[in-house]
This record gives sequence, C-alpha cells and structure tokens, in this order.
Amino acid sequence: MTITAKHIETAAYEIMKKAAIDIPDDYLTGIEAMADTESGDLSAFVLSAMLDNYRAATEDRRPMCADTGLPRYYVKVGDKARMDSMVALEAALRKATADATHDVPLRPNRVHPLWRTEHNNNLGINSPEVEWSFEPDADWIDITTVHKGGLFGTDYRMLFPGDGIDGIKRFLLDTLIAFGKRGLACQPAIVGIGIGGSKDTCMQLGKQAACLRVVGDRNPDPEIAKLEHEFKELGNSIGMGAMGFVGSSMVVDCHIEVGYTHTGGMPVSVHTFCLSSRRATARIHSDGTITYRTDPKWFTPYMRREGIS
Amino acid sequence: MTTAPTRKTHHLTIPVKASDIAMLKPGDIVYLEGVVYTAREGVYDRVLEKQQPLPVSGQSGSDLFDISNVNFHCSPAAAILDDGSYKIGGVTATASFRFSKWMERWLDLTNTKIVIGKGGMPKEDYTNILAPRGAVYLTTVGYGTGALLGRGVTSVKDVFWLDDLGIAQAMWMFNVKAFGPFIVDSDIAGNSLFAEHNAAIAENISALYDGLKPPALSRYGETDNRKDEVM
Ligand code: SF4
Repeated sequence: MTITAKHIETAAYEIMKKAAIDIPDDYLTGIEAMADTESGDLSAFVLSAMLDNYRAATEDRRPMCADTGLPRYYVKVGDKARMDSMVALEAALRKATADATHDVPLRPNRVHPLWRTEHNNNLGINSPEVEWSFEPDADWIDITTVHKGGLFGTDYRMLFPGDGIDGIKRFLLDTLIAFGKRGLACQPAIVGIGIGGSKDTCMQLGKQAACLRVVGDRNPDPEIAKLEHEFKELGNSIGMGAMGFVGSSMVVDCHIEVGYTHTGGMPVSVHTFCLSSRRATARIHSDGTITYRTDPKWFTPYMRREGIS
Repeated sequence: MTTAPTRKTHHLTIPVKASDIAMLKPGDIVYLEGVVYTAREGVYDRVLEKQQPLPVSGQSGSDLFDISNVNFHCSPAAAILDDGSYKIGGVTATASFRFSKWMERWLDLTNTKIVIGKGGMPKEDYTNILAPRGAVYLTTVGYGTGALLGRGVTSVKDVFWLDDLGIAQAMWMFNVKAFGPFIVDSDIAGNSLFAEHNAAIAENISALYDGLKPPALSRYGETDNRKDEVM
C-alpha cells in the first residue's frame, strides 16, 4: 500500500499538538529525580513549579511554554515505504504546521531574519526545516517534530586534537556557566554534544543528540558512554541549578554524537534542550495506521554506520 | 517527591500600592490579580523611538496606566479566532536585559511599578532606575511555566497594534487572576537575588577549571584586545 499526503498531514498535525503540550515521560522522570535530590531551595522551588506546569499543560491542553520554539521535522523513511509524492509530503508538513499554529495555538515565532516580517503561521523561507534519513528493511515513515526554544545555550568551537577531552570540558563549562547564569538556558537541560564532522555536521549532530535521544539513552560506544556520564556529572558540579540559583540541577542527561572529521581539527558543538524539551514522533505504517510515541529512535545502527555499506 | 520548602508568598491586587511593593523581599513569591500589560521591543521602539502616542484603553478611553502599573516582558502563544476573539494558550516571559536601555524613560512615562520578565536586569539598573522610582522586578519561574501563567489569564482586555506589530510584539492587556508564581528579584532597596546567587556560584568557578590544560588556540572573546594574535 501507498502512504498518502493525507496520512502525513494527520500525523504531523497530531505530533505538533502533542509536542507543544505533553512533556515526554523520559524528561519528566529525569526532572522528578532531580527535584528529589536538589538541595538548593530556590532551585528546588523552580523544579516543583515546573512539575505543576507540566500537569497544568496536559490538563488544560495548552502549550507548556508560550515560547513554542521553532517547530521543525525529522523524517525517517523506511526503504520499503511507498509514498506517491515526496513533494506532497513536504507540503503536508507545511500545512500541518500552519494549522497547528492556529489551533493549539503555537506562537508564530518565525520571522524574516532581516525584515522581521511574519505570516503568523510559523512558515517562511527555508522554514520549517525538514531533515531526512532512511532505514533499511522497513515499510513505515517516522515523522518527529521538535519544538526547540532557547536563544541561549548553544555554541560552537573549533578545537584541535591537542585540546583533547580537557578542551571539550573547558568548552562545556564555558557554555553551561555563561548561559546557565540567571537560567537563560532554562536548565536543567538535555545537553547534546556534537564532536567532529565538518562545522555544519558538528552543529547538526550536537542538536540531534540533544533533541532526538531520550534521557537515559547511552551511546553504543562504551568509551563515549563513559564520557556522557562524566560530562553530566561535571555540569551538575558547577554549583548552579534551575534559573541559575545555587544548586546542582544543570544537566538532566548528556548525549554525545561523533562524526569523522578533518585530521587537523576537532570541531565541537554544545546544545541545550530546555525545561520544555518538546518532541513527539508518529509512525505511519504502510496500511495508513498511525502510532505515536516520544522516543524518536533517530540514531539507529544504520544511521551511525561505519565503513562502505 | 519532596515538596519544595515553602516561601513567603504575597497575593497582590493591581494597580499595586506602594505599601505592597515595599513588603517584597528578594526570593519571595508573588501572585497577581487585576490587569497586566505586555511590552517588548516593538512597543518601546514605537513609543520611545518613534514618539507615537500611548494607546488609551478601549471603551472607557481612560489612560491604561491608571488601570495597570505592571509591565510584563512577554509575548503570548495566542491565536485570533474566526469570531475575532482571542485564544490565549501559554504565556511566557522573554529575556528582559534586552529592554534595559528603555526602562528609565518607560517607567517615567507610564508610572509602572512592577516589571516582570525573564532573567532580571543588571543590578545597576535596579540601583539607578527601578529602586529610585519605587519599582521592583519579578522574574517568572523556570522559565517555561507557560501553562500555569496561561491559566492565570482569564481574558484579553485589549490589544493594541496587533496589525502593525504582530501577535508576538503587540501590546496586550490581560485580565489576570492568581497569576503566578513569580519570584521577587529586586526590592525597593535595589537588592538583586540573581546578583547574590551569581556571586555565591562564582566563588567555585575557577576550581572547576583546575587541572585542565590550556587551549591550543586562543580566541577573541577571551581577550578584549583585537590587536592580539590568537595563536
Ligand atoms: S528556553 Fe525552553 S522553557 Fe525556556 S522559554 Fe524558551 S522554550 Fe520555554
């Protein structure tokens, strides 16, 4: 059977709503655990207010945060999935974005970067972003939306092989401290770190690591998994908690993704996915049925593949 | 789950009286009832830079700043329904430091006494601008408490310059009830909660870098001197 643009539109509209309103379980559990251990009393107050906020959002069906971020999509197409038109798929994603912006409502954040003009629907030149990947032996299409807010908390640095892990730690500390003060990054955050690739891949990997992997997930390389743990602990030892108040709740989890890079360099990016870590995924099966979840399952073994095949 | 320690909590009615404001201490919690207005760069630019007159409130034609002395640095997730009414979903503050340069003239023009936003403003602004005018700064919590704050907005009283400035930048007047929580950042003595916490945290920062080797390449930003080489 063929998946139609109508299926895509239905699924995309639904995940736009879910992402904006319902905090993913993995992140919620992470924040609950931090609220239990946070000793800074103002930071603990903030975390408990956030837990109230998630409940209010779900009960009232209203967005958890009014900055509904920049809605965007990640599409994973099964190798055996059949779709009559890929252009129609993209058009369906745009339509769902405009409709959800009006209906939820989402804040129409998208404006022209120079003229600041807007269409009140979160659409525009090169927006929303749609990123593509493929999956062998599958006949479904997965669509994930991420509503990432936050003008603060993301940075890029070209490091060099000689900088080593120390250089990454230095950069991570600089970023968390700079954007953590006054809570500009709306921490505690899921921190995504991209290491390697070219500059743009490095940014992309870090962003995907923050937004498309769930709290508790570990990189399959055990050495990298150890670093993820170490960096999380490092962030939580700064002495800073939610809103930049004295405390220990900075990093809910840390995810690292790597890509082969130029022999002379070690580009690194840091991204923070905020207290409104909004993501939702729909799987459109070949018979047109749709199932929903909050784990994007974006980084499959095929996605991280090495070698020729 | 452990419940957060209870903090001193104030329920204030807008327009907020000077005697109420005098009671607020950094770290206290505040809930508001009455009318708050929103203003961010689009509004300041229009009124303070382009010298356009302030709007007057709808039917009564009264000066809206008689109704509200609470300025919220916010843009709502709002939609205009087919019948012309408004649907307010979430309400979240935006970072206030960007509006710092307008605050002095704005407070004088409007007699605003409470500024609400995200992240506070520099302590010097409290000392030099807010405190001398009997004004305080409250910060939103989280900052993503958009749903809780959205619940506190009972209706839209008015909206100005929606066509020119768009939903995000327009000047909204919200009727609010049990609107909060907010945390008091600055008091009328000009103290700042954020500044106190930053200072406490700063004591530990250099120790975090102990033992890390120096970077292979410096960068502008670590030095202010653009004549320096970065190698
Ligand atoms: S960073 Fe996240 S939680 Fe904070 S205001 Fe933006 S979207 Fe909301």
